Amino acid sequence: MNLAVRDIRRHTTRFVLTSIGLGLLLTVVMAMSGIYRGLIGDATKVIDAVPGHLWVVQKDTRGPFAEGSRVPEDLEYPVAGVAGVRAATPISFQYVQVDQRGTPTRLFLIGYKLGSFVSPSPVVDGRPITKKHFELVVDRKSGFRIGDPVRLGLDDYTVVGLTQGMMSPSGDPAAFISLADAQVIQFQLDNDAIRNARERVVRTYGQLNSMNPLLRARATQKALAAAESPHFANAIVAELHAPETATQVAQTIQRWNHYQAYSAAAQKDILLTGFIEKSQRQLWLFRTILVIVSGVIVALIIYTLTMDKLRDIATLKIIGTADGTIAGMILQEALLLGAGGFAIGYVVITRTYTLFPRTVLIQSMDMVALFVIVMTICVLASLLGIWRALQVDPGMALAGG
Amino acid sequence: MDAVKVDRLTKVYGSGDTETVALVDADLTVRRGELVALLGPSGSGKTTLLTSICCINEPTSGRIELDGTCVFDNGWTGVDVRSLRRSRMGVVFQGYNLLPFLTVLENVELILHLNKVPVTPARQRAMELLDYLEIGHRWHHYPGAISGGEQQRVAIARALANDPTVVLADEPTAALDGDRGRSVMELLRKLSRERNAAVIVVTHDERMLDGFDAVYRMADGRITGHVTRRVDEASQMNPGRQSP
Repeated sequence: MNLAVRDIRRHTTRFVLTSIGLGLLLTVVMAMSGIYRGLIGDATKVIDAVPGHLWVVQKDTRGPFAEGSRVPEDLEYPVAGVAGVRAATPISFQYVQVDQRGTPTRLFLIGYKLGSFVSPSPVVDGRPITKKHFELVVDRKSGFRIGDPVRLGLDDYTVVGLTQGMMSPSGDPAAFISLADAQVIQFQLDNDAIRNARERVVRTYGQLNSMNPLLRARATQKALAAAESPHFANAIVAELHAPETATQVAQTIQRWNHYQAYSAAAQKDILLTGFIEKSQRQLWLFRTILVIVSGVIVALIIYTLTMDKLRDIATLKIIGTADGTIAGMILQEALLLGAGGFAIGYVVITRTYTLFPRTVLIQSMDMVALFVIVMTICVLASLLGIWRALQVDPGMALAGG
Repeated sequence: MDAVKVDRLTKVYGSGDTETVALVDADLTVRRGELVALLGPSGSGKTTLLTSICCINEPTSGRIELDGTCVFDNGWTGVDVRSLRRSRMGVVFQGYNLLPFLTVLENVELILHLNKVPVTPARQRAMELLDYLEIGHRWHHYPGAISGGEQQRVAIARALANDPTVVLADEPTAALDGDRGRSVMELLRKLSRERNAAVIVVTHDERMLDGFDAVYRMADGRITGHVTRRVDEASQMNPGRQSP
């Protein structure tokens, strides 16, 4: 005969309401686990989507996902020439905020060279980019549809394809455009800036009185062209013949003066440790606090349930019930409460996780770990009730009616 | 064999200025099949004696033997008294003390489960007892849904479930009106005979004493009078007892 189940049956309303409260609390804990997993998933999606083995970035920077990195577009050629490299291509990343039917929408723009080994994948609706200018493939989560116009910089682009689940490290939907377009948006100066740059170059070179005037005019022209050139990228991605040679190839490239090379795994680590770590710690802290709050709630309820039946416990003792049976009853009530709360939390989160604005990834291992933690907390929470029950004097049962 | 044998039992609460003597040199012997009353006003020590026999209150000195097992001899002897209560004692409470979260049947079954009786025979035995006490038709009700008299019958059924040698009843009629009280006493008398159990009843109501084999009067922690009403083998073996 299970005394815990029978006692709960008597306090069904209190038990159910507490389980619901606990369940909602655990829903938040599960959501936080899911958000954390989503952060990792989203953060690594871009790196995973780029099929390169090596990332060549600006010297003394940790790459475009950690800080600003600017390399010449034509760096792809010397990189492609390094022994062990099969192909190399420039790539650019930037965040933009566009207007979508009156609503501001953030997009993570990925500029890639058409025909290279980098391309938006998978395109679930429409087609990939085929023209060098003014076409856009965007993630479905952005809300854009095929054929929608999108204003980027000074130009209008058209959505020609949709991807599914392609996010920036911060969870914004990704959009792919040609590198040429991306360079214009990211690096090309506006008219005022061009005028300003020209004036500065002309003024600087005009002060070089000792220079031959013809040479000075030529140098000025070159300097102007360099100042106005948008032909940059944030990184060069290289595909290797053998991925295991990434360290070796990276060392070769690092001997060059202005560049740094990372393997894809190292780039992913930089992203996860730099970008995710703080969020991870914050989420862990929240989860810990919520789990402790859950434990306190369970402890209070179990203690209250125990206090309600002190006389019954005295009666149980007087008729010869072993302490272990009484402790077992209280422990089982705590565990049932925890299991009930967990079940409710699980049902709620699995039916609502799609409603969260950020990606929420519910993983079985996280759920199993949380279940074990909740059960452990319930065991600890029941100790107070068990201690109180074991203190009960059996003589209390004889104390009047 | 004596079911209960108490020798020179003394209980003192507190010490120094707060010292209270609750029981002084109490002697009591009850054989199986006997119905014995402990009679006295509040504070006379009868509940202290009962709780001492029940092994939930540690006496200061003396000796207690239950069904041939010495459980206290100027200190607990180390016998597992809770197991003893579970297997050989039944307790009937003034306030019935049925577990409110169990049905009538489950309340009676519980003691059998605690004694590791399998489910089916336990259920059968519990139903037999409920039928014996004419409360079988209420088996599925919760204690809160039946009357006080019915609850006390269920409590008696629970006390009998483990086929005890000793049944201790603490003011079992206190919460009942006269007729129901007499009915419960009649039931206790019947079960002491038919079940061959030693039944010790604590009461302060002299109107309920018909049919008791022996009555121990208590006052100020002492047994002041001892009356044996039944002239039988038990009284013949205890010539010190007075016959009415």
